[in-house]
Amino acid sequence: MAYKIIASQCTSCSACEAECPNVAISEKGGTFVINPKKCTECIGYFDVPQCVAVCPVDNTCVIDTTYPRYQAAG
Amino acid sequence: MHASTTQDGAAGRLVTIDAVMQQVAEHKGCGTQGGSGKASCGSAAGQGDLPTEIWEKVKNHPCYSEEAHHHYARMHVAVAPACNIQCNYCNRKYDCANESRPGVVSERLTPEQAARKVLAVASTIPQMTVLGIAGPGDPLANPAKTFKTFELISQTAPDIKLCLSTNGLALPDHVDTIARYNVDHVTITINMVDPEVGAKIYPWVYWNHKRYTGVEAARLLTERQLRGLEMLTERGILCKVNSVMIPGVNDRHLVEVNRAVKSRGAFLHNIMPLISAPEHGTVFGLTGQRGPTAQELKALQDDCEGEMNMMRHCRQCRADAVGLLGEDRSAEFTTEKIMEMEVDYDLEGRQAYQARVEEERVAKVAAKQEELATLAGARSDITLLVAVATKGSGLINEHFGHAKEFQVYELSTAGAKFVGHRRVDLYCQGGFGDEDSLQTVIRAINDCHAVFVAKIGGCPKADLLGAGIEPVDQYAHEFIEKSAIAWFKGYLGKVAAGELVHSPRGDAAIRQGALIVAA
Repeated sequence: MAYKIIASQCTSCSACEAECPNVAISEKGGTFVINPKKCTECIGYFDVPQCVAVCPVDNTCVIDTTYPRYQAAG
Repeated sequence: MHASTTQDGAAGRLVTIDAVMQQVAEHKGCGTQGGSGKASCGSAAGQGDLPTEIWEKVKNHPCYSEEAHHHYARMHVAVAPACNIQCNYCNRKYDCANESRPGVVSERLTPEQAARKVLAVASTIPQMTVLGIAGPGDPLANPAKTFKTFELISQTAPDIKLCLSTNGLALPDHVDTIARYNVDHVTITINMVDPEVGAKIYPWVYWNHKRYTGVEAARLLTERQLRGLEMLTERGILCKVNSVMIPGVNDRHLVEVNRAVKSRGAFLHNIMPLISAPEHGTVFGLTGQRGPTAQELKALQDDCEGEMNMMRHCRQCRADAVGLLGEDRSAEFTTEKIMEMEVDYDLEGRQAYQARVEEERVAKVAAKQEELATLAGARSDITLLVAVATKGSGLINEHFGHAKEFQVYELSTAGAKFVGHRRVDLYCQGGFGDEDSLQTVIRAINDCHAVFVAKIGGCPKADLLGAGIEPVDQYAHEFIEKSAIAWFKGYLGKVAAGELVHSPRGDAAIRQGALIVAA
């Protein structure tokens, strides 16, 4: 799985963009989106997903269940 | 800049730039000799007993000098959208052009757009002397964008003072960079020094890749704020501390905050009323947390004043505000408009204009001193407040019905002292006076004995008198302080002669709603 941003709640503050260790977040159409191919749920980097921790609107960066759970290499 | 060749009438009166500069040089320190009792309050009248190097830093900074804010303008560029803490009085989603709160902007800019905007504004408004980055998030949570903006502006407009306003969480990490970019003024918002109090204001902070909550979050924040403040003052960078007064949460505690920041070298303390309304969608707005009344705010500011200089002219402006404090010209400088504007950065023209402003200031202070001298023998315990309608330059030059705010002065035999301002809705729009709006104005200045205006219509005049507030229009287009002292002298005379009985006024309301931008 990967994280996704619920666009209708995104304030477009860009805080998540700088914190993502995978550079998976970018601006698109006025709000920010996570590239699911790059998202590792921060596994291997941090204890908590950074986009979730820094986002000013609760429940805006959420797990996207349409993707399989990320498997850390090795 | 056409104004620089003023229509002074006879050609002989045309002032050359050199002559103006010479006069300014002679008036170094602004020629203002202290002022009323509190001469140490260098942020108010003139240089007072401020060291020259500090006076040079604040004398044309509207946010650091009460006196300067009548004459000089500032602008904020909204290049810093990200934030690293959550405050219960802030809701970043709310974004409306008519809303004036620090966390709110209409348009975010890249550093390049911001630099362009600064040039466009500085070319149009020669008294614009200060560029601040205040958000809409936290400048130091966006360090790359913030410092890139400073770099670009210091290259193209070297005479503009740079400042930034931060919550302080990331401050210790950036102090050296701040010093390197010659950022002269840093404002830190410090609402508490006790983490138990902080836990009621901050739900969380994000630091070192982790979200902290509760008392732990507040402890981390206060430690880093105070350390950052110490590091800045050690390097000789001027620091202002902003505090939001939240009745029942941190109101009395702010006296302790005042002591803590003073002992760490803060130059100025700005206690601001909480802005809180349900429609803002903030936690405090939704829980019904009220803001202070005008009297509560003034009492707290007065309590802290013995300790250090207090700022009372803050307008809690938006992170993209442009113009004199109390006016907002940001709508004239949208990205679309600045891209079309012809930008001609005329450093000499700006300096000549500002030299004339300095002359105005000297004249204003001289007039006040002269009037004050006539009050020298007077003995009275009477202290009262008056409201003033002004468009700037220290003059009573605004029509009652057009005033978007009133400035409030406290009068006593010690003189006239600026103690605050009251925002009001436009009472008169397109010539129609509206009864409800008049009531709003009366509520906002209900603690004042008189209101000084350039002009006022018959109906509001009668209503003001009915409410016990004397409308005064005889000093139209004259200096505020000189006129207020002259009026006060007359007032004392009438009381002494038994013509009127002095009685105290009630409290006044601080307006919480949106600032309506004049069409």
